[in-house]
Amino acid sequence: MAVSTTGSKILNNVEAVRETLYEAMKNDDRTVILGEDVGARGNVFLITKDFINEFGAQRVIDTPIAEASIVGIAVGMAMEGLRPIAEIQFADFIYPAFNQIVGEAAKTRYRSNGEYTCPLVIRTPYGGGVRGALSHSVSIEALFYHVPGLKIVAPAFPADIKGLLNAAIDDPDPVLFLEHKKTYRLIKGEVPEGHYTIPLGKADVKKAGTQLTVVSYGLYVHWALDAAKQLEAEGLSVEVIDLRSIRPMDRTTILQSVEKTRKLLIIHEDNKFGGIGAEISAMVAEEALFSLDAPIRRLCAPDVPAMGYAEPLEHEYMSSPAKMAEAMREMVKF
Amino acid sequence: MATKGKAPAKAPFERHGLTDEQLVEILRIMLMHRTLEARGFQLNRQGKIPFASAGEGHEGVQAGAALAFKRGSDVLVPYYRDLGLDLGIGLTPYEVLLSLFARKADHSGGRQFPHHYASKRLGLHSISSVLAAQVPHAVGAAYAMKYRNESGRAVLVTFGEGSTSEGEWHEGMNFAAVHKLPIVFLCENNEWAISTPADKQMANPNVADRAVGYGMPGVVVNGFDPIAVYAAVKEAMERARSGGGPTLVEAKCYRFLAHTTDDDDRTYRSREEVERRRQDDPVPNFERLLVEQGVLSPEGLESLKRSVLAEANDATDRAEAMPYPAPEDLYTHVYADSYQPWR
Repeated sequence: MAVSTTGSKILNNVEAVRETLYEAMKNDDRTVILGEDVGARGNVFLITKDFINEFGAQRVIDTPIAEASIVGIAVGMAMEGLRPIAEIQFADFIYPAFNQIVGEAAKTRYRSNGEYTCPLVIRTPYGGGVRGALSHSVSIEALFYHVPGLKIVAPAFPADIKGLLNAAIDDPDPVLFLEHKKTYRLIKGEVPEGHYTIPLGKADVKKAGTQLTVVSYGLYVHWALDAAKQLEAEGLSVEVIDLRSIRPMDRTTILQSVEKTRKLLIIHEDNKFGGIGAEISAMVAEEALFSLDAPIRRLCAPDVPAMGYAEPLEHEYMSSPAKMAEAMREMVKF
Repeated sequence: MATKGKAPAKAPFERHGLTDEQLVEILRIMLMHRTLEARGFQLNRQGKIPFASAGEGHEGVQAGAALAFKRGSDVLVPYYRDLGLDLGIGLTPYEVLLSLFARKADHSGGRQFPHHYASKRLGLHSISSVLAAQVPHAVGAAYAMKYRNESGRAVLVTFGEGSTSEGEWHEGMNFAAVHKLPIVFLCENNEWAISTPADKQMANPNVADRAVGYGMPGVVVNGFDPIAVYAAVKEAMERARSGGGPTLVEAKCYRFLAHTTDDDDRTYRSREEVERRRQDDPVPNFERLLVEQGVLSPEGLESLKRSVLAEANDATDRAEAMPYPAPEDLYTHVYADSYQPWR
């Protein structure tokens, strides 16, 4: 890890979220945080630990266990001038709030012709590899990325988390902010001090390469980078793009990379059918089919309802740096 | 008590502090409500608009509640059957007709079904047609008022009895009570949710009885009596505005027409039932009351009716002459920025 220099410090992902939320609360008293156990407990991952002591129970709201209204009340707050940050304790619990996110938050601006808006952030930890079983492991992005009016962010690195969460909080429209829970304490990195933003909808090339484009997001970006380094040792050059934002999607960065490498592998933890990879595949097929030297490939979870609690079931569901390296090798050599 | 040699006195008339002008204003709202509802059905049957919904039977509830709303300060989070309440807080007949005709100048730019308005000027929230989805929004708005210490303001949120089966209704009630928010929940119980009668929504005959389960007062009021509704909603709104927390008010009324222009209520309820309930029609009853009590002369009533119809006709002509949104308008207001939607 890089040594912390002036103007930056080393944080893990959970600390990056915490620091960003803390600064948002400090800087704007319209900001309120609401969710299950965000106050006295300080969130189940301790992201908002002690916030309630500093900002008070009026701004750090321990809600009843009622996800639909956590989001719905935040929508009403946003329409009346507050800047709420709603938390769904685990992404697996977001389903009761589907109507409020898809039917209400995402359509407030559109249906009122701009009269009312919904500047709202919904944060939630998602993803597996933590023995979370059926209801503490899911990926939910594909259920929401179909919805115009929503923005969806799923950063993987602490510096991206801070810049994108700041952008989400500043954004005048509803943003679903996905935090991969396995990366929370696993991933550390340098984070600049002070307020900065990273534009929503901009991917980032985390490793440049010439023979294959890999597009991923979340935990799997880290594993894809591990795999790409292995291939580099074998003399094979892979470019790894961290999507960071799922909606809007950065088509330009993906297409530019594919035009260069002429091959595309999409890797995600969510299952393949109807996943984010389906949209990227279709988009590249529409826009750059004749630049391709190999069929597009998707390395995703199998089409089963969830990963299991038992270790072999979780292991079978999840990918790994080794499986990713194998897929990359096959693609480069195609 | 009859006095010697004179006609018996009229039944006691409790006006709850309403002036003659306010009573006539209630009647004006009721008449305009009924006229514009009928106009929606007429325009639909003429093939000029694709759809209209029906609120006949709700006029008393809505006009009474509207008078308890403080313009320029309170917030209304209505549902789609609230044309009278929307008019009562200041929406104009012209805005109603723009909505019915789905014109570009409509609040939603012609996007939404009729009577889904959105006006910060009026304090009128944007809603969808999904029942009870607006209830948590109202609670969030009330939270914002309390958070900013805006005492003297409150939220009025409305819904039918069918909506009280939705989880979001219960969640909203619960949160509002926990935080003692400045909000009034007004149920317009018209006994029918399209074809489903109230006794299939709930075993309890009174929505208001649910209030005690959340720790707030619950009140039942005759929704055919606009003055009684006014009094109940006013008391609840004043409690809310002064920090006393939420109230559930249930106004019992009846839906005289089918659910919408697309519904046929003969398939699920008898004509006898509807005709029997028509005898309690709040519009002619309130007209009669005001004339009998000398608040309005018979000539004054006729003149009021003529002016309402003239205004409705004028609004219809003006709105019909306005343009539809352009095809390009489909693409605006997706996000704040100049996002170019994929086509």
